[in-house]
Amino acid sequence: MSFLETRLLGVRYGGIRAVRDIDIKVEEGETVALIGANGAGKSSMLNAIAGVLPHTGKIYFNNADLTNKPVFDRVKLGISMVPEGRGVFGRLTVEENLLMGAYLGNSQQDQDADLKQMYEFFPRLKERRGQTGGTLSGGEQQMLAIARALMSRPKLLLLDEPSMGLAPIMVEKIFEVIRGVSKTGVTILLVEQNARLALESSERAYVMESGELSITGESSELLHSPKIRSSYLGEGD
Amino acid sequence: MKYFMQDLWRRFTGNRRALFFGYVLLFVALALLPFLLSNTVGRTWVRILDFALIYAMLALGLNIVVGFAGLLDLGYIAFYAVGAYTWALLASPQFDLHLPFWAILPIGAGMAALFGVLLGAPTLRLRGDYLAIVTLGFGEIIRIFLNNLDHPVNVTNGPIGINKIDPISIGGADLTKTHELLGIVFSGVHIYYYVLLILLFLTIVICVRLEKSRIGRAWLAIREDELAAQAMGINTRNVKLLAFALGAMFGGVAGGLFASLQGFVSPESFGLLESIMVLCMVVLGGMGHVYGVLLGALLLTVLPEILRSTASPIQRTLFGEVYIDPEALRMLLFGLALILVMLVRPTGLWPAPKRRTVIDQDIVED
Repeated sequence: MSFLETRLLGVRYGGIRAVRDIDIKVEEGETVALIGANGAGKSSMLNAIAGVLPHTGKIYFNNADLTNKPVFDRVKLGISMVPEGRGVFGRLTVEENLLMGAYLGNSQQDQDADLKQMYEFFPRLKERRGQTGGTLSGGEQQMLAIARALMSRPKLLLLDEPSMGLAPIMVEKIFEVIRGVSKTGVTILLVEQNARLALESSERAYVMESGELSITGESSELLHSPKIRSSYLGEGD
Repeated sequence: MKYFMQDLWRRFTGNRRALFFGYVLLFVALALLPFLLSNTVGRTWVRILDFALIYAMLALGLNIVVGFAGLLDLGYIAFYAVGAYTWALLASPQFDLHLPFWAILPIGAGMAALFGVLLGAPTLRLRGDYLAIVTLGFGEIIRIFLNNLDHPVNVTNGPIGINKIDPISIGGADLTKTHELLGIVFSGVHIYYYVLLILLFLTIVICVRLEKSRIGRAWLAIREDELAAQAMGINTRNVKLLAFALGAMFGGVAGGLFASLQGFVSPESFGLLESIMVLCMVVLGGMGHVYGVLLGALLLTVLPEILRSTASPIQRTLFGEVYIDPEALRMLLFGLALILVMLVRPTGLWPAPKRRTVIDQDIVED
């Protein structure tokens, strides 16, 4: 069994089937991208894996059946999500935001060590540690959200549209960070509308179309596939 | 007010010994206050002070739900009612039960907490206005139940209410009666004042500790962004239920004390307006800030009483007769005060201290 596996995963909003019986597999240490147009069901898929959305079908992670597990149990098992729109706690300071990421535990020493490591990894956050989250720029907030998610020492990081609302330079920076996180051995499942960046920073990718998988394959191959190039990379035939 | 003084003291001196003396001074002042009041403006004012302390406890309880966890509860008075009726049923001739106060107090707190969970469980998915509407309904349901539970089996005596409720008594000494200790005469309202003061002090300590605890941080996260809070691994369901239960518990204790001080309860003490009054104390004082809420509660109980006792005499001396009924004037000024506070100090009279923020950059997407 793969590190993360979904079997016939489905998500419904009322009568609308946002995710239709999807099977995906993610191996340990991989970065896998989930790309597709607006409303294709990518975020729903990610939220179902994180446990914040009810779903049908099965999800297996690290040999455990996640299907009926609440969010906090999934966090305990090592799944950490950076929600869409970042979800930074605006009235808490940067440091308090980070400590909130370690809510489920770890000893004080571990927390301090993790905090130090995050500040090394994101020097910008160290400069702003006493500032409230709401006063950060969009890119800084995204960094904070990623750093906060890492504070729980996850095995699998779920990223929901990390490039959303950011300027191109900032997007580049965020993806550099994501590649850096991947190098530390964390498995990453990335939902992204910016298909080019997502494919460039991942090993494999799934393409979603109206709730179903249309294309899957190695990211480097998909980057050169004519269909992907015309539909998702904005290039003519 | 007392905490405001403390805060001032600390700011001016910043000295530990001074702080200690400040506490001693505050302690003496609070201990002497009822004597000062009964010898100058009359014993009624000690009674008003007693009610102010009860309301402070009530407001601090609601602050846990609304201020800490961000769950708008418009039916909070229901828990006060549950506490009051629990006391009334367990210590009155109604069923001829006369349990001692140390037994009823935890039972009342537990009953209220249970009702808190009963309200919380079905409303877990609701937020904001929708939650407010359901809680409002809940508050009314409790009141209407109390109003109608006189048949087929008479439990609450219906609209007539329950009379002759036992006061708190320690070692057979009735605390609403006058007692003499070490040559000093303590009347009932004086003794209640001290009892309430101790319980309020406990409430404050618990609230301050809660706010700084892990649970307090979880509440704060839920208030800020529930989805993100879930993603942190917070068990949002249990943590929200805990907020409802703890908030209700303080309401229940306050209700029990109210019943025993008053000696009488009836459903009309627990209307919607009371819920809104308590919410105003929280909002006006400074939502989420324990001392601010305390200030709000004391102001909103004491100021209307001052108005009540001065409005008519002032009008009489100025115009020769009373034009505006003090009660009408009270609501008028209250509304005016609310609007003013919301305009001038939208976060309340005494909001939680601002965090250290260095805003060297606008909140813009870069």
